[in-house]
Amino acid sequence: MTAAALPGLAERRRLAIVPAFNEEGSLAAVIDEIRAFDPGFKIVVVDDGSSDRTSEIALARGVHVATLPFNLGIGAAVQTGYRFALANDFDLAVQIDGDGQHDPAELPAILAPVLAGEADLVIGSRFLGEGAFHSSFVRRLGIRLFALTVSAIARQRLTDTTSGFRAVNRRGIALFAADYPHDYPEVEAIVMVVKHRLRFKEVPVRMRERSAGRSSITALRSFYYIVKVLLALFVELFRPADVPQEDA
Amino acid sequence: MTHTTPLSVSIIASIGALAMLGVVFELIRRRHLRERYSLIWLLTGVVLLVLAVWRQGLNTIAGWLGVKGYPPSVFFAALLFFVLVMLLHYSIVISRLSDQNATLAQRLALLEEEQRHRSARGAESEK
Repeated sequence: MTAAALPGLAERRRLAIVPAFNEEGSLAAVIDEIRAFDPGFKIVVVDDGSSDRTSEIALARGVHVATLPFNLGIGAAVQTGYRFALANDFDLAVQIDGDGQHDPAELPAILAPVLAGEADLVIGSRFLGEGAFHSSFVRRLGIRLFALTVSAIARQRLTDTTSGFRAVNRRGIALFAADYPHDYPEVEAIVMVVKHRLRFKEVPVRMRERSAGRSSITALRSFYYIVKVLLALFVELFRPADVPQEDA
Repeated sequence: MTHTTPLSVSIIASIGALAMLGVVFELIRRRHLRERYSLIWLLTGVVLLVLAVWRQGLNTIAGWLGVKGYPPSVFFAALLFFVLVMLLHYSIVISRLSDQNATLAQRLALLEEEQRHRSARGAESEK
């Protein structure tokens, strides 16, 4: 499926937010694949304080590059992209990791519900469709736990709360530019969306094994990850929805 | 039974408390310590000084609270409370600072990007 087959895409100002931390090995291919899917996408690479040539590679490809002066973590990096989207008046934004695990050829899946006005946030899930996903026991446990918790909070079934392959419309951009969680943000961001009464939808996508580099989540950090996210979810329930929403 | 703090302990404790107040004051004077973060240290110094000089103080306060066995435990409890409050205060300050730090870094990155594009456009229009 190409971009031309998606009704409404051509009229929208659209941005691909590519967070990258030491991804010199995979970034160029990610940029090229996004452009191959749809040359109309503006791309902003957020270099989260890389020590390798991530920024140079992005600049050489002629995309927008926001180079953070030091490593802030994926949450603040992604939010930098949303702030860029808000400041430059984009209609929709997609999040695609710079490590190559998200396949730009799967963009139609997460774009379609946003274009159709069915959802403000669309999450690409590894688990909804077919295809196996290999991971450690602790990570699988955490993923199950998050899915159950968030599904209960949202009263809507979710399978892959940690997926960073997402699309949002203007309302999502405004919300995430104003406030985005730290550290391990993907799960909390969904709960934020629920609290602010935005609509989300999960769609099946295929993901790839990382083409270069390695996941920032080591086995040792998984436990901290689970505890931290569960605590954050619990606290989020007691927080008012404090980002004002304009009507879409 | 009443204990009065031994005179030597009172003198040493008073000197200690005065020295602490002096150090805090000097740190403020040299701008190594901001006034707003120094208040709790000054308060701690004053409390220590009062307890050192007021030799019946610990007994009296322990009496109010009904502590019978070991009056200085009141002192340790108060000290522990102070330390915990201070640590909590610093955790709050650090959290706020890291938020502000992140926002600054983000703005810097976006400004640099804008600047780059502006100068690129400028270079093109000069041709």
